[in-house]
Amino acid sequence: MNVLADTWTYLTTAAHWQGDGGMLQLMLQQLLLSITALAAAAAIGLPVAMWLGHLGRGGFLAINISNVGRAVPTFALLALLVTADHPGVTTFGPYGRAGVATLIALTLFALPPIITNAYVAVREVPADVRQAADGMGMTGAQRFRRVELPLALPLVVSGVRLALVQVWATATIAALVAGPGLGRVITDGFYRSNYPKGIAGAVVVALVALVLELLAALGQRLADPPPRRTRSARGGAMSGSGRRVNEAAEPLGS
Amino acid sequence: MTLLVPTAVAADPSCYSRLTNEWVCGQYLRDRQSEIVDATTQHLEITVAAVLLGVAIAFPMALVARRLPRLSSWILGVSTGIYTIPSLALFPLLVPFTGITATTVVIGLALYALTVLVRSMLEGLRSVPDDVRESAIGLGYGPTRLLVKVELPLALPVIMAGLRVATVSTVALTTVGSLVAYGGLGNLIKDGVLTNFRAELLTASVLCVALAVLLDVVIVVAQRLMTPWTRGVRA
Repeated sequence: MNVLADTWTYLTTAAHWQGDGGMLQLMLQQLLLSITALAAAAAIGLPVAMWLGHLGRGGFLAINISNVGRAVPTFALLALLVTADHPGVTTFGPYGRAGVATLIALTLFALPPIITNAYVAVREVPADVRQAADGMGMTGAQRFRRVELPLALPLVVSGVRLALVQVWATATIAALVAGPGLGRVITDGFYRSNYPKGIAGAVVVALVALVLELLAALGQRLADPPPRRTRSARGGAMSGSGRRVNEAAEPLGS
Repeated sequence: MTLLVPTAVAADPSCYSRLTNEWVCGQYLRDRQSEIVDATTQHLEITVAAVLLGVAIAFPMALVARRLPRLSSWILGVSTGIYTIPSLALFPLLVPFTGITATTVVIGLALYALTVLVRSMLEGLRSVPDDVRESAIGLGYGPTRLLVKVELPLALPVIMAGLRVATVSTVALTTVGSLVAYGGLGNLIKDGVLTNFRAELLTASVLCVALAVLLDVVIVVAQRLMTPWTRGVRA
């Protein structure tokens, strides 16, 4: 197909990657946005969700927040934030045009999977393990730090991993409101009927998403400490076997 | 209406003029009614078509995955893999095959719905207790009748839960279709951003969320009607 051949030509032309507005710069912009939004969401969401999980309260809120989040189109949220007077900043440090609006929308978007997973992770530490910790005379804080946190960690990390890939994908939408990132290549290509360019941008975004997914999977493996895994392989009772993560939370870039 | 009386215009400008640009504006709703209804209809059509297409593809996939366990991880892997492609990137990738049409958006959204749908169908079918299945076989049910009369009804609550997730997120995702001009309410949102038109922007966004809630309620009601036996047991 001709378009695909042209796309390949676009991708392999060095000039399209370099300089101001080149794909390399846009990719860095988008990575910066994604990681900042993810860090902000984790900083807000993790403590609250894990504390609620520790107390065993607010489950309804934690679960339903992700259902509500699914119904709100990120594009609409982003558009509203960009058009509103507040936050009235058009440029924000290295985040470029539409900066703060994109950052807020992405952070809000990353919160549901992080909160839901972290809450469920702490909540689902087996009751007998909790009771054993209480029986050993641990205080609430000790039980959280020494028992619940280590056991919940793999699931918590998988929530962050899910959020990372979703945020990266959603960050492309910023381009629909003239924001930064690789989405610019896609929308520019479409608005100027330069389809090979649009498709080239899509290919790069999809490839980076896959790379991030692989890196996150590696990171997740590191967060699940090998000693625990060997113990569970021998049939240890501490592994919390049978806990499964619902990895498929919501589509990317809604 | 007030064009003949310029002073009245100055005293009472419409709430969506360039000067006032209010978020909430009844005048806008009245003046652009047909445009808004058209966009909502398109949004609804694209969403429903995408979810139905998703169900049509997911069902055989789930059946194959259940029959051949070796294929099941592969099938789940593919449907999850599609998920890692951002929506704004998926539509352009489909364009060389389907062109700038509503088909592109419907197919793209259906592919996204697959992940949730295949998973929930597979889980639903697996949740049917073995003894129920064996009783039905003992009563002389063939494979097809077993599936239609026994397994599907029992799997329905889990399948419908998946359908709710898929539908609600498809409504939200349809807005991105505005990239190829078929985004329903997303087209209004895009126009609202480009022309800095707040009433249009807010109206389309609110309608979009309302549509998601409405469809969710429709599915819940449908499920209640289709599975009368679940009531009372769970209460």
